[in-house]
Amino acid sequence: MKMQNARKVMVPLAAIAIFLLAWEWLVWFMGWPRYKMAAPSDIWPAFWRFRHMFLEYGWQTLWRTVAGLGLAVVVGTAFGMLMGFSRTLRDAFYPLLVGFNAVPKATVVPVIALMFVGQHDFNTILIAFMISFFPISVSVAIGLSTLEPEYRDILRSLGASKFTIFWKIALPKTLPEFFGALKVAATLAFIGTNLMEIVEPHGRGLGHLFDSGKISADYPLMFAVLIALAFLGILLYYAVVVLERIFAGWADRSPA
Amino acid sequence: MTNLIEIKGVTHAYPTADGPLPVLDDLNISIPEGSFCAVVGPSGCGKSTLTRLIAGLMFPDKGEVWLHGERVRSPRSTVGMAFQNPVLLEWRTILQNVMLPLEIVAPRMPRAQKEDRARSLLALVGLEGFADKRPSELSGGMRQRASLCRAIVHKPEILIMDEPFGALDAFTREDLWQLMHKLRAEEPFTALLITHDLRESVYLADQVIVLSGRPARTQYRLDIPLPGPRPLSMIYTPQAVEWLAILRDQIEIAQGRAPVRSGAVQSQEAAQ
Ligand SMILES: Nc1ncnc2c1ncn2[C@@H]1O[C@H](COP(=O)(O)OP(=O)(O)O)[C@@H](O)[C@H]1O
Ligand SMILES: [Mg+2]
Repeated sequence: MKMQNARKVMVPLAAIAIFLLAWEWLVWFMGWPRYKMAAPSDIWPAFWRFRHMFLEYGWQTLWRTVAGLGLAVVVGTAFGMLMGFSRTLRDAFYPLLVGFNAVPKATVVPVIALMFVGQHDFNTILIAFMISFFPISVSVAIGLSTLEPEYRDILRSLGASKFTIFWKIALPKTLPEFFGALKVAATLAFIGTNLMEIVEPHGRGLGHLFDSGKISADYPLMFAVLIALAFLGILLYYAVVVLERIFAGWADRSPA
Repeated sequence: MTNLIEIKGVTHAYPTADGPLPVLDDLNISIPEGSFCAVVGPSGCGKSTLTRLIAGLMFPDKGEVWLHGERVRSPRSTVGMAFQNPVLLEWRTILQNVMLPLEIVAPRMPRAQKEDRARSLLALVGLEGFADKRPSELSGGMRQRASLCRAIVHKPEILIMDEPFGALDAFTREDLWQLMHKLRAEEPFTALLITHDLRESVYLADQVIVLSGRPARTQYRLDIPLPGPRPLSMIYTPQAVEWLAILRDQIEIAQGRAPVRSGAVQSQEAAQ
């Protein structure tokens, strides 16, 4: 067991190290100048030089993403419940949701920025929310509407209320699908935040740092931002995985 | 003996795109308290509909369903249900699954008491060692045992079973038949069993009702006046074989075909 745990950590770390080495070697071998492709050895100094900004802006990007995602969970679940319980509401909302989801969010960003001028936090959270709530509402709706009638009947035949049935059966039964969607939604929300920060820079977030790297032609900084973003993305994803283990670990049938 | 369940002239149709689909037609069934009633009939004739009407999950277009002297107008906690699909909740242990109805019916009962009741039932069906396992860790027969425990844990007056053994292999099924007799000896419920296995109906029931094809009427009623618990060898007695043959013919008739044996049509116990 201990050996296996060590392997679980060592294998990905080794893979990352090999990846970085290969990257460094490739840049050296091809003789690429920095403005074409920065090497890992260029990126670390960039990190260090701007470490305070990375911390501050990274935190801004993170909390706004989490806020947007949280909003998406609340609103998406509510919509999903309405659509899951009522066929009429499902028929009514579904085309609207699909159409809404089909609009590329990059085009929505300037519109939102114009509508709520100066409300940067709000705008960013709004985009993160808009881009991520679709998979959540659809997964909750499908989870609830495909609940086999027998599951409902074992409690309904005892005179249990609709809420009790939802709380004791429908909700837990939907959790695995919900977390599947939440992983997708977390990634999407993160894209949303960055979209806002980069397309409509307002002096905040990693997107802004990226933009200033671009303006001052500081390519190692731009690459450093990319890596910081990847790091945050991984953090967010595994936070969802941990929540999934806690609340829907029972759905994992693989031998422990 | 008083009748626990009284089904009087129940007629029901489902609305469909092609107009109403008549499913039950002037159905009359009486089930005495403490007895075991089996209902057999062609597939799709309305047996599951009948169980949902008795459980108060839906209401007939015409006619009345009475349970213990009261007209059924809503679901009630004196009913227990078991289906072909054991519908155990994977996020609960077997013990927690069995305790579920008590959480609804007796929310104020102390947890220890709920647990005692659930554990004693699990022991009765031979699952005492599996209380803390997850449903997916059990075999199909064991899951159905747990499902039966859950259906009677709150001491319902009536246990409604809709083809509970239909998905099990023949040997497991016979084990569960014997378990059914054992449960009846220990627990005071009245039982309604939907089945498509005639031997099962003869072995378990005090009366077997044959429904006609859709829309279902009470086509035939057979009394099995033998006390329980019955040994499994009962199904091989000449008497039981005769009953089986009668039921077999009635099923053929229900499906609109000629009986297997000629001359068996007019039987002494035709439905009233
Ligand atoms: N909710 C429903 N709406 C429309 N038709 C239904 C519904 N439920 C069942 N039916 C139809 O009613 C008939 C009887 O169904 P059911 O009671 O489940 O039969 P059985 O259990 O005897 O096989 C079937 O033909 C079925 O297709
Ligand atoms: Mg059925």
